[in-house]
Amino acid sequence: MNLTLHVWRQPGPTANGGLERYEARDISPDMSFLEMLDVVNEGLVESGQMPIAFDHDCREGICGSCGMMIDGVAHGPMQGTATCQLHMRSFADGASIYIEPWRSRAFPVIKDLVVNRGALDRIIAAGGFISAPTGSAQDANTLPVPKQSAEDAMDAAACIGCGACVAACPNGSASLFTAAKISHLGFLPQGQPERSRRASRMVAQMDTEGFGHCTLYGECQDACPKDISIDMIARMNRDYLVASLTTRDEKSAAGTG
Amino acid sequence: MELRSKSPSGPLEKKWDKHRFEMKLVNPANKRKYTVIVVGSGLAGGAAAATLSELGYNVKCFCFQDSPRRAHSIAAQGGINAAKNYQNDGDSIYRLFYDTIKGGDFRARESNVYRLAQISVNIIDQCVAQGVPFAREYGGLLANRSFGGAQVSRTFYARGQTGQQLLLGAYQALEKEIAKGGVTMYPRTEMLDLVVVGGRARGIVVRDMVSGTIETHLADDVVLGTGGYGNVFYLSTNAKGSNATAIWRAYKRGAAFANPCFTQIHPTCIPVSGEHQSKLTLMSESLRNDGRVWVPKRREDCGKRPQDIPEGDRDYYLERKYPSFGNLSPRDIASRAAKEVCDEGRGVGPGGRGVYLDFGDAIKRVGKDRIAERYGNLFEMYERITDENPYEVPMRIYPAVHYTMGGLWVDYNLMSTIPGLHVIGEANFSDHGANRLGASALMQGLADGYFIIPATIGDYLGSNKLEPVSPDSAEVKATEQAVRERTTKLLAAQGSRTVASFHRELGKTMWEYCGMARDAAGLRKALEIIPKLREEFWNDVRVPGTGAELNQSLEHAGRVADFFELAELMCLDALQREESCGGHFRMEHQTPDGEALRHDDQFAYAAAWEFAGDGKPPILNKEPLVFENVALSQRSYK
Repeated sequence: MNLTLHVWRQPGPTANGGLERYEARDISPDMSFLEMLDVVNEGLVESGQMPIAFDHDCREGICGSCGMMIDGVAHGPMQGTATCQLHMRSFADGASIYIEPWRSRAFPVIKDLVVNRGALDRIIAAGGFISAPTGSAQDANTLPVPKQSAEDAMDAAACIGCGACVAACPNGSASLFTAAKISHLGFLPQGQPERSRRASRMVAQMDTEGFGHCTLYGECQDACPKDISIDMIARMNRDYLVASLTTRDEKSAAGTG
Repeated sequence: MELRSKSPSGPLEKKWDKHRFEMKLVNPANKRKYTVIVVGSGLAGGAAAATLSELGYNVKCFCFQDSPRRAHSIAAQGGINAAKNYQNDGDSIYRLFYDTIKGGDFRARESNVYRLAQISVNIIDQCVAQGVPFAREYGGLLANRSFGGAQVSRTFYARGQTGQQLLLGAYQALEKEIAKGGVTMYPRTEMLDLVVVGGRARGIVVRDMVSGTIETHLADDVVLGTGGYGNVFYLSTNAKGSNATAIWRAYKRGAAFANPCFTQIHPTCIPVSGEHQSKLTLMSESLRNDGRVWVPKRREDCGKRPQDIPEGDRDYYLERKYPSFGNLSPRDIASRAAKEVCDEGRGVGPGGRGVYLDFGDAIKRVGKDRIAERYGNLFEMYERITDENPYEVPMRIYPAVHYTMGGLWVDYNLMSTIPGLHVIGEANFSDHGANRLGASALMQGLADGYFIIPATIGDYLGSNKLEPVSPDSAEVKATEQAVRERTTKLLAAQGSRTVASFHRELGKTMWEYCGMARDAAGLRKALEIIPKLREEFWNDVRVPGTGAELNQSLEHAGRVADFFELAELMCLDALQREESCGGHFRMEHQTPDGEALRHDDQFAYAAAWEFAGDGKPPILNKEPLVFENVALSQRSYK
């Protein structure tokens, strides 16, 4: 296959960026999208240019490092698939492909396609955990967890933190990401004691980080490589509402997004 | 160099308890006076950083990824072992200990392995309390599955994403401690050297991967949880960024490197599809619970579609050769068997390097829905990569480099030969001997991080008086200078070849001569090729850009430079170990029916290599392995 790429190049966080055109020649349909970029990058290095910087690591769709807008769609045309698991057979020979970094105010560009997603870590730090210091646990089977609850929790916990939901959202909201963690822990009995506190703190942090609000476009669940459902956002809103009615000291002034 | 294992005396089952009582403690008010550096944020590093902070230590945690949640532990699929005996099928701590020692082909330290089996039960409790959504039965209790090398069901799992869920548990605990102020996190920061002052590890030199700034962080103790070195082979199931630089730099500062030749080749990976291949994808070993491995009996049939090959013309070679373990034979055995049938010309798929993993019978037996429930995400992943539907046609699989049992030598306290340098998880050599059993890496990483290091670090800090180190001291300045010089040298070569092309060539050499089967002639050849290639690398590599910016080529170049040196040590180690054991198979040493032949009288030791200076041969030190509890036997899975 031969392709024409239009790739966002930006030397640094404060530099101006722009789209550059590259030809990708003799691409095998069995290559992954990132392997196609590897080939282009090797060519760039050989011709004395800087390769295109992009985040990637496991290349198995689980670490959440990779992610780019491909023809305006987060992670490209294949549903439920991270960029590293997208293969070139999804594109037509001769196609032009536009490749850009995640677009969101809360994800500043570091270089080319690499963005800073530290805001997502800070949302987790605000309350996305169960406080169970090492050593304090009881026997694992002391507290039965209904199979359905465990399955629901797992559906939510499948989030890889890639940020595609934010990039796809016209409002740049991190609601699906935040809601997935609130739901994962909220489905489990172990997550109940901190449930309200968790919801109010994580939502407040999401607002602080400059993510937009959720107006239920639903773009996030289409972009999610792990098919996480927008139902999670309804659960987050419910937990947030309960939290704002029942907790005294930790009420957030902000909305749920 | 003296290798003191510090294994406590007394009966096996009392050693850890006794040791815990004998170890020094640091009182809660004093813990906050100590700073501990943790490099790596995977299961071992993440768990250690979070737990040390919970105890009150000041922790600085470093990872090269943009977030601690992305460490490669996340990609572990199948599960985590624990001797809970919830299935009432005869499991016990002693059985898990025995299976692990035997699975490792009697090349691990008894006391460490027994402790691992003891702690396994606490890990499951801890993870459940953190909200890890393990699979459950309808009654709400935890479910288990079987894994290779065991005849009991002791593996806990969260669909095919167990590593992800355990890591998120550790990561969330870590974020909790970051928010509290106990841990300072340094993402996108790579350790490039170890600072040793007065014979003790006292800090690290790092490069900020965004700005390129090189700086030193000082501490009272350094803990490395930086994972394995499988990427020496270029193609492996490791993440692209997984590297050996942290442990290799520590080796060059005086930490012994043990059993570098012990690498694990995982039998069930998706075969290579072409020269462009950048990494290999594992298909969880749990698939062997229901999948049957076969190749055609006759070479002529290899080109046929699998559905056109009748039952009688198929060779279910694992079931044939190992009737009692069958498709659940340990990894080293299953991998070698696959290589053997492919070498005979009976492999399938492009290049004849593949065998079938067939779910046809399982789908007939329990139905497609049950199979989808168990392995749905793995089947999807397979289809995405290969464009073939495994519900209809058998998967094609082939072995690939997956895990490294070797690593920095550590004593019972997980301390290396440099005082104050602890090494945890895959980065150390301790528990898996010459072959790791499935679902035991997660167990070891978390045992080290949650339970062992938080106890043993207190003993080190409590029994040694550490003088403050000045950032301007000669040792610090010299180490920083060495890092700067290496970086400058890599950028200065301005040659004609890309880093990746060198890495690929090194990988091919290692796979050819130091892969699934090794012999003296091949290893000697590799030892000629590698230094030449390394020299060419330093003269002819092209690293574009500068050191003062985000520069992924520069990062890769530094890692490959270290892989070259490590590769040589792996070959040396493989050459000196004139026996076959676990993942180390020397063609010259096999039983009449082609199984690994150990020589316990000569090689029942851990080979701990000591750096003697650039250009000088490393020194081999031996820690004799003493087996007081198990009888050494020829492993049999027949």
